[in-house]
Amino acid sequence: MPSLAGLFFWMNRKIENINKITITKPLKLDCGKTVKNFPLAYETYGKLNENKDNAILVFHALTGDQFVTGTNPVTNKDGWWVTAVGPGKAIDTDKYFVICANVIGGCMGSLGPKDTNPENNQPYGLDFPVITIKDMVKAQESLLEHLGIKKLLCATGGSMGGMQLLQFCATFPDKAFSAIPIACSSSHSAQNIALNELARQAIMADPVWDNGKYVSKNVQPKNGLAVARMVGHISYLSEKGMQEKFGRKLQEKADYEFSFNADFQVESYLRHQGYAFVERFDANSILYITRAMDYFDLSKQFKGGLVEAFKNQNTKFLVISFSSDWLYTTKENKDIVIALNASGADVSYSEIVTDKGHDSFLLNEPEFLKTLKGFIDSMYEKFKNEKRI
Amino acid sequence: MKKEFRVIADLLPNNSRVLDVGCGDGSLMNFLKEEKNIEVRGLELDQENVQKCINKGLPVIQGNAETELHQFPNQSFDYVVLSQTLQAFYEPEKVLKNLLRIGRAVIVSIPNFGYWKVRVKLLFFGEMPVTKTLPNTWYNTPNLHMCTIKDLFKFCDEKNINIKKVVGVNEDETSLIKKSNLEIKNLFSKLGIFLIG
Repeated sequence: MPSLAGLFFWMNRKIENINKITITKPLKLDCGKTVKNFPLAYETYGKLNENKDNAILVFHALTGDQFVTGTNPVTNKDGWWVTAVGPGKAIDTDKYFVICANVIGGCMGSLGPKDTNPENNQPYGLDFPVITIKDMVKAQESLLEHLGIKKLLCATGGSMGGMQLLQFCATFPDKAFSAIPIACSSSHSAQNIALNELARQAIMADPVWDNGKYVSKNVQPKNGLAVARMVGHISYLSEKGMQEKFGRKLQEKADYEFSFNADFQVESYLRHQGYAFVERFDANSILYITRAMDYFDLSKQFKGGLVEAFKNQNTKFLVISFSSDWLYTTKENKDIVIALNASGADVSYSEIVTDKGHDSFLLNEPEFLKTLKGFIDSMYEKFKNEKRI
Repeated sequence: MKKEFRVIADLLPNNSRVLDVGCGDGSLMNFLKEEKNIEVRGLELDQENVQKCINKGLPVIQGNAETELHQFPNQSFDYVVLSQTLQAFYEPEKVLKNLLRIGRAVIVSIPNFGYWKVRVKLLFFGEMPVTKTLPNTWYNTPNLHMCTIKDLFKFCDEKNINIKKVVGVNEDETSLIKKSNLEIKNLFSKLGIFLIG
């Protein structure tokens, strides 16, 4: 096992080789600061056709990245949405051109807190400006410009990806022919802010974190970050799903050890997930991205509330929620549907019945994937026809 | 029943905005879209049906009309269509009032419990009727509030709901139903289609 510093070096070297553009256009952030000449890392799958009408933009979730499918070259693991995206899959890369960018504030090649601050040639750390979902989305719009795509066939995303999508549709109402927000919310709930705060406090309580200055020492507050990840993992499952998967099963032992080692399988699972995560994610990025999620409140941005946010939408929406998701509940997703309805938008909605919780959108949920495929394929036919006329 | 679709389509003007409550697999929505270029929306409870609509590119919201009609704003549709489901609600009156709130007019079709074959079955055989329009047996029927064309006429009168037009459907024949021919049409129509509001 390489040392953590060595691992960082190795990861950074890999990150240098990934696709990115430099966005030269100054981006005025919601916090008031402006960034310019910053990198935005992205990945594409499939081919953009001649008419440029088969492009699908995917927005990633909190701990995701641009490597949607295939093998992630940095972690050597499957892309995070390999269940839904790929040749012959629901989002068929033999047919569609799929684009995904790493959000700004992230740590997979786009501008983030571990980058060097041009003002003092030190890693940003907490000097990195606080970013919002809207800032993330604006940066990604520049990528579409770079790729020469005037209108997307579809944009989609789950969780924070869905939040970015709602923001994208509200800010750029003519950029997507169709949109599929999945398991998300139009404003972060108190419960979700609380869980994010728990994750942040876990990181900040780790002495290695050192007010975010750990980056220049080539270390990572891995204990704090691992706990933050464990909090997340609990919230992605449902009570029933967790009970069925783990119950009270013991981890490779016949009886209790009468110690604080991971006796239970569920403990072992959380520790594994937590410590695997620190190898691929930056602790300060978690602080910044969770903050962006907490600040997200689409109705606050528009004076007339959520209905106003979706006014003049020509985009065709499909909202999807999962029955056992307690992080982004069916009710929150339905509120989006109600607002879209009230604004006269073209909206479909489906609630997938499952006990897999919030994680469902990343898993092999046949009903979900069928719905996704049915919608995208029918939208492609419509989009082609519309362009012909 | 294709004839029913035809009658409903004829009641609707071209290019209007229509909500189909209990839209099933989207057959009626598709028909209305193609025949009259109607801007359709559907509300459907069943997951499989919702998926069928989505595959056809028809906008559909998965939900229960009994409890979730509140999400549609007042007068947000030109017409609301309720095809053969009024009798399946716990509170048909409440649902109907909601439909009248959402649409400027409402089309309701009902399987007519006053149809002569239904009456014969009950009167002479002493059994709950099973027919083409009422295919379920008493123990598995979703129908909680069966009524006749005459009942719905009476209901609208009592509740001050304006009846604009009523069409009776029997096999391939359709006919206008008025107060003057109500008794006879109530006996010979399988289906009653009401335009109200």
